[in-house]
Amino acid sequence: MRLEFTKPASFIRAHSAWFIGALILAAAALPLFISDYWTDVCVFWGINVLLGLSLNIIVGEVGLFNMGQMAFFAIGSYTTAILSERFGVNLWLLIPISGLIAAGAGYILTGPIIHLRGDYLLMVTIGLNEMIRITLINNPFGLTGGPNGLIVLDQFRIFGHVIQRPIDFYYLVWAAVALLLFCLGRLQRSRVGRAWNYVREDPIAAEATGVNTRWAKTLAFTLGAGIAGAAGTIFATKMMVISPDSFTFMESVILFCIVILGGMGSIPGVILASGAMMVLPELLRNFAQYRMLLFGLAMVIMMIFRPQGLWPSRRWMTRLKEGGGE
Amino acid sequence: MRTGVASAAAVSAWRLPCRVKMVVFLEQLVNGLTVGAVYSLVALGYTMVYGVMRLINFAHGDFFMLGSYLGYTMLVTVLAQSSLPLWAMLCLATLISMGAISLLGVLVERMAYRPLRKSSRLTAVVSALGVSIFLQNAAMLIWGARYQAYPPWSVPEVNWAPGGVHVSLMQLLIMGISLALMVGLYMFVQRTTVGAAIRATAIDHDTARLMGIDVDQIIRIIFVIGPGLGAIAGVLLGLYYRQIHFTVGWSYGLKAFTAAILGGIGNIPGAMVGGMLLGILEMLGAGYISAAWKDVFVFLILILLLIFRPTGILGERVAEKV
Repeated sequence: MRLEFTKPASFIRAHSAWFIGALILAAAALPLFISDYWTDVCVFWGINVLLGLSLNIIVGEVGLFNMGQMAFFAIGSYTTAILSERFGVNLWLLIPISGLIAAGAGYILTGPIIHLRGDYLLMVTIGLNEMIRITLINNPFGLTGGPNGLIVLDQFRIFGHVIQRPIDFYYLVWAAVALLLFCLGRLQRSRVGRAWNYVREDPIAAEATGVNTRWAKTLAFTLGAGIAGAAGTIFATKMMVISPDSFTFMESVILFCIVILGGMGSIPGVILASGAMMVLPELLRNFAQYRMLLFGLAMVIMMIFRPQGLWPSRRWMTRLKEGGGE
Repeated sequence: MRTGVASAAAVSAWRLPCRVKMVVFLEQLVNGLTVGAVYSLVALGYTMVYGVMRLINFAHGDFFMLGSYLGYTMLVTVLAQSSLPLWAMLCLATLISMGAISLLGVLVERMAYRPLRKSSRLTAVVSALGVSIFLQNAAMLIWGARYQAYPPWSVPEVNWAPGGVHVSLMQLLIMGISLALMVGLYMFVQRTTVGAAIRATAIDHDTARLMGIDVDQIIRIIFVIGPGLGAIAGVLLGLYYRQIHFTVGWSYGLKAFTAAILGGIGNIPGAMVGGMLLGILEMLGAGYISAAWKDVFVFLILILLLIFRPTGILGERVAEKV
């Protein structure tokens, strides 16, 4: 059994440098051959991949059910809009600043709730998401612009070149994705990554072998929130207008499902699933209004016939073969 | 809508004379009990499914929403043509909606939940989310993305003002029907053989099966009762606020689930108490602090509760560790 699973994968791994190089070249050349419209679709795909990867740390790696990831994305986006428009802070600087603020919010907000188990954590994160969205609508201290949201007029500049066309954003977003993929790939194979997976599979055994589970969970949440916040800067700059409507509970649910459908803890799975979510509906424009209907149906069918996700991570497959499970 | 008017009056309530203050308080209490009764009915569905299957049935809010829409459709199409008196029309609309949604509940359980009963909790939760998204979008495609309104003639406009406190017939009906249903359900679960089987299944599926209980049948019964009560709540809410939208499933479902946790999840009287309490807290918060922030209070209560007393007000079961 094991050989069957790993054969194609091991072939790719043996020649991984070639595959990665070819993939990067293809991705870099892609926008030269497609229209601006499709480039834009790919930009939003990339932003979704960033978000999906950030949530994958929390849901996939550590197994914490977080259905409020959009709250941190919103914090990052609004931080960008406020600091950029009011104080004229440079957008490049705002990527780490938004990330740090969102990470701080993640650290503080999840501090009291991190110990909650599965379903309860799910409900609380939904609550957090809604609380943040309502706060944004209610315009505290005149900061968030209420239901209409805020405008971001500043643009990224690099060596005098202004990033404003879809193709510019395409390179910006996918460069960010590539960087994140590199870092997360390293992290997944590190001591921290193994500790995370251990906590997901069996928190008690993890604790018994010296993994500080609370620390591992908090780290995952903080990191995930920070990445989502940093992605918020790119999103705000791309959209130019951000409003509470972009950060609803529904969006969080879709993101959560992207991670599960891709395969918990699987990085290629996130890319695949968010691609399916963003690109497929564009291909089937006649069915655009049925998009979410089909998505819901696909979730049920996937859970029944392929609960491990589209592209399960290797550690997950190992567990399935050993007859594990909850 | 109505709460907006009431709370606008209440915002300035601090400066009013004592007697008027009392009236405003009582009115908010009545509003809270009315909404709370609806929360309780919906919360019962969550709590029963959670009690028996350990599953957050995210689709339950959408059963409630679909119940509301079906009642609306029955009223404006078939029943509007008939020459029945209003009360008969309302009863028929509620019953038909209840029956249809119960059927849908059983169907959903059979197709989306039963195949997953042996798999991990997360899998079933995601399946429930899928059902919820599916139903929500189906409702949007069928009835449109705009608000639909129950026709004005369908709502009996009878109001009283004993001692200046405004109470409508609809409010009394909602509270009365909910209370009757909840007492009935409690009796059913506590006093009948089927009820005992439900309680046994909630404690342990395998042991219940050894005692000769058909667990599948029990779960089917749960999925007849829960969505049916949700559908009734949907029609009642539609008649009360008059406006319905395909997203009310999410918003009310979330609050009803909060109510279920508030009272102690898996606990039937808990769902009733939690629903009423949540409704009252929400309306008093809307009246005395700020209407715009009322949903924030609701979730703040939920979070504080989960931190300090995860078993809820009436929950006796020890919180499961891990």
